[in-house]
Formats: sequence, C-alpha cells, structure tokens
Amino acid sequence: MILLNGERSDLRAGETVADVLARLGLALNARGVAVAVDAEVVPRTAWETFALPDDARVEVLTAMQGG
Amino acid sequence: MASSTAPTKADTDPLVIAGRTLRSRLLLGTGGFPSLELLAAAIRASGSELVTVALRRVDVAARGSLIDVLADAGVELLPNTAGCHTARDAVLTARLAREAFATDWIKLEVIGDEDTLLPDAPELLRAAEELVDEGFVVLPYTTDDPVLARRLQDVGCAAVMPLGAPIGSGMGLRNPYNLALLRDAVHVPVVLDAGIGTASDAALAMELGCDAVMAASAISRAQDPVRMARAMRHAVQAGRLAHGAGRIPRRLYATASTSAEGLAEL
Repeated sequence: MILLNGERSDLRAGETVADVLARLGLALNARGVAVAVDAEVVPRTAWETFALPDDARVEVLTAMQGG
Repeated sequence: MASSTAPTKADTDPLVIAGRTLRSRLLLGTGGFPSLELLAAAIRASGSELVTVALRRVDVAARGSLIDVLADAGVELLPNTAGCHTARDAVLTARLAREAFATDWIKLEVIGDEDTLLPDAPELLRAAEELVDEGFVVLPYTTDDPVLARRLQDVGCAAVMPLGAPIGSGMGLRNPYNLALLRDAVHVPVVLDAGIGTASDAALAMELGCDAVMAASAISRAQDPVRMARAMRHAVQAGRLAHGAGRIPRRLYATASTSAEGLAEL
C-alpha cells in the first residue's frame, strides 16, 4: 500500500514520481513543487526515473501562505 | 528651500543579508491573507522585497497559485519550516523547499510548544548547524535570548530573527531591554520577527537597532491589510531614521528647550 500525501492510493511499486505527479494533474515543469519519498527528497532531475518502492510514503508539496 | 523631501542616504541605506541587498527593511509573511488579491496588493503597499512561504501538501482543488502571484509581484521567496517540531523535520523541510523554490534561503522555525509557539532552542541550534553545513542561508526564528542568538551566529546563521512576543499575539515588544542586549551581542543582521501588532511596534524595533522587521498577522489580519502594509512600511523607515539620528537621553526632570538668556524682567 503506497500512501500519497497521507492517503491510501492505488499507486503501485515501480511507478515513477512522474506518474504520481500526472495523477495529481501536475506537469513535470510545475513551479514550486517538491517530492519526498520515505522522508528523502527526490530531486526534480530524477522524477521520471525514480521508481516507487513497496509501501512507499510519498509527499508532494507546494507553496502555501504562511509565516 | 534648505530642506528636501527627497530620500536621503539614511532613508534608503540598504539591508544586506548573506550578500543580498534589500532596499526594503520590511519582510512580509504571507500567512493569514483572506485572498491572493489582497496579498498582492499588500505586497505592493509594503514595498517588501522578501516574503515568506510555507510548504504544504498539494491541494488539487486549490484555486489560484500563490507561486504565480509572488512571481508577478517580483519578490524573492523566503521559505519557512513552519510547523516543524524537530531538527530532523526542519532539515528535511528545508531540503524540500530548496528543491521546490530553487533558493538556499530558509527561515528556520523549530517549535517547542503548541500554545506559545516558542522555539525549541536545542533543536533549533542543531538544525541550524546542519543546514549551514549543507550550504543553506539560515535565518532562524529564535527567542530574545542574546546568548542563543550568539550561538546561532557562531554556527553560521546569516541573520537572527528574535521574537518580540509570541507569533500572532500582536503583543508588541515585551522585552525591549533583552532585544537591545541581543542587538549588541551579534554582528549579523537582526530581524525582529513575531509579536508586532501595529506600526509603532515596528518603529520601536528599528529604533532599538534591529536591521529589519518581519510582519505577517499584523498586516494580513488587520481590518484593512493594505493600509496597514503601508503604515508598516513608513514605520520601519521612520524607526530606521530615528535610530540613525540618535535619540536624546531620557531624563527625569525637564530641560528647558528655550534659553532663559535675554528673558525680560517684568
């Protein structure tokens, strides 16, 4: 079971970070987006190649008002 | 006319943090604005060139893009680690912010208490040290403790951001004496952060020698945020000028401002 932003998802191991972003309707060149998988940053340059492991916890973050 | 209303050198002396020159000494927080339109108008009114943003989970239903609004405003982003309670979480959030916003600058917040939102000093110092080692330009939100401020400077922070009062409290500068001590304790820029309620608080911070003021709730939650943004802009400039001008000493008794010489005997 892969968690996407804290929610159960139908993502499967082997899908890439790019697949995750497509699922969220985000383009690969979206501004102000960062991705962590299992509490490690996945750099933008690796989005198309980084394959999700089993039981990955994926966080897709962006700018919000604050501070 | 001998006097001029044109800006003087003292009006405009820029703030330099980590080699970046800022003409405005007012930093703006983006939290609490009821709409992106009001935020954009307040940024213009404030004259601020550096504004904070937080990092949160993508909301696919969100309307409008904060990042686009800030890009249109032409301001630099200062991402924060708001909501982090441990050095570990703050460091990871800073790394994600660097990835998201292509900036090494981070406003480091590590919160130790939910009711006061006061910083957790040991975790803050640990996170600051680690982020400096990773090449970040670290601006830590800290208490008004001069010793902690010096420790943060010593691990390589580019500025320190002491509180005047708890975040969002609008209580002003509760311990101006400590802030004056802190100002003298460090050589990096001091940015008064948190507690500002209205323009006079910002002016006082600058008069005490702070290099800049950060305001968020005081502007965003004012009844008229754009008008308050303008007030803060003027207050920061006035306070800076007054600091440079050198205030008169406080005396218990009166000192006549008019000479008694030549006084008529009636």
